[in-house]
Amino acid sequence: MKYMSEYRDPEVAKAYLEEIKKTVTQPWSIMEVCGGQTHSLVKNGIIDMLPKEVTMIHGPGCPVCVTPLNIIDKAIHLALEENVILCSFGDMLRVPGSKKNLLEAKAEGADIRILYSPLEAVRIAEDNPDKEIVFFAVGFETTAPANALSVIHAHRKELKNYSILASHVLVPPAIKAVIDDEESKIDGFLAAGHVCTIMGNAEYHPLSATYKVPIVVTGFEPLDVLQGILMVLKQLEGSKAQVENQYSRIVKEEGNPEAQKMIHKVFEIKNQIWRGIGEIPESGYQVRPEYADFDANRKFKIEIPEAPENPDCISGQIMKGLKKPFECSQFGKKCKPTNPLGAPMVSSEGACAAYYHFSGLVEA
Amino acid sequence: MCLAIPGKIKSIELQYGGAVRMATVSFGGITKEASLEMLPDAGIDDYVLVHVGVAISKVDEEEAQKTFKYLEELGEIGELTDVDEYLPKKN
Ligand code: SF4
Repeated sequence: MKYMSEYRDPEVAKAYLEEIKKTVTQPWSIMEVCGGQTHSLVKNGIIDMLPKEVTMIHGPGCPVCVTPLNIIDKAIHLALEENVILCSFGDMLRVPGSKKNLLEAKAEGADIRILYSPLEAVRIAEDNPDKEIVFFAVGFETTAPANALSVIHAHRKELKNYSILASHVLVPPAIKAVIDDEESKIDGFLAAGHVCTIMGNAEYHPLSATYKVPIVVTGFEPLDVLQGILMVLKQLEGSKAQVENQYSRIVKEEGNPEAQKMIHKVFEIKNQIWRGIGEIPESGYQVRPEYADFDANRKFKIEIPEAPENPDCISGQIMKGLKKPFECSQFGKKCKPTNPLGAPMVSSEGACAAYYHFSGLVEA
Repeated sequence: MCLAIPGKIKSIELQYGGAVRMATVSFGGITKEASLEMLPDAGIDDYVLVHVGVAISKVDEEEAQKTFKYLEELGEIGELTDVDEYLPKKN
């Protein structure tokens, strides 16, 4: 109970927990897809307060964690090129590549800039016409409009020295892959609210209907997550399987049509490798041929051999919900946020880092 | 990086010969530029959710304030400020 003060409203939280206890009559496994929700569940101690029948499984919902090793190596390789300024979101810097991470490349002299927005990278490109500016464009659907927009802005400005190294992952195909995986037994899903702010709920209806699983679009704050869990449980106990929207104060059924237009203008769907999980069909974006000049993959033609993952890291099993972080032999030992062996220990939205920070191993 | 942060639109500037609306958005006092290209009907004094420099959804004031407070507690507001030292000086 020690984290209760951090709820927006502890009374409401208690009421939800009571209602959850009243609702469950048998064991259920629910996967929260978004890393922000994992963070919320662990940090606020919700996980320990749920009745024992309810098992929360932490999904692959952290783009930082699932960016393929090979693309990290590519980004490092590019950053170390004489003429390149590599721009990235801050979370990517400590993600382990096969030999080093971006932060170490920076210490070796690579020009790497941490940015808040890809639009700032376009400005850097304008200010440095004699350099090649590459933006490391990772993210879920939420981030895709901004990354696409940077390409549109660079195109409008007729910049010849701006490109993006895109590594985008999409939520609905990942949910499908998790359901299709024979080892994982998940009864219901909390879908990621901010992803649906952009994409709307349309893609989830056929998933829910085909596989007969409840999917509740959920926000990331503690009360959102609790309410989302309750909504999934009510459906499960009532033998229903439909899409519901817990986060309707933000998410509209149709999403944001302007943002969707922007995504489809610049990106097309491709098969994507998820670190720790493998290839998932039609689960990523690549730059359309019309904007090939802004695609770092086409522009620089770098071939980096595939390197093996750290054999001790079981992040794939964690993201499929088969194991918990503390079941990893390296957790809290060789692998810590200051020295991550695998990506889920890097970002605060990664399951391993969330457990590390809030499991009493360090002061939260 | 995945979260969207609510802020209030302070001013709007037209760029690219009027084709693009860029807003100055205040997040609890920290101001940042955000593109309004995904929200054609957002105007001055509106509250918007901003994700990596792009406004993606309108929100009401109460919701904006609650969410901002929660993100502050989580330590997620840092991404708005911590990066500035890496940026080249604007001319
Ligand atoms: S604790 Fe570290 S080594 Fe173990 S699964 Fe998590 S990231 Fe990988």
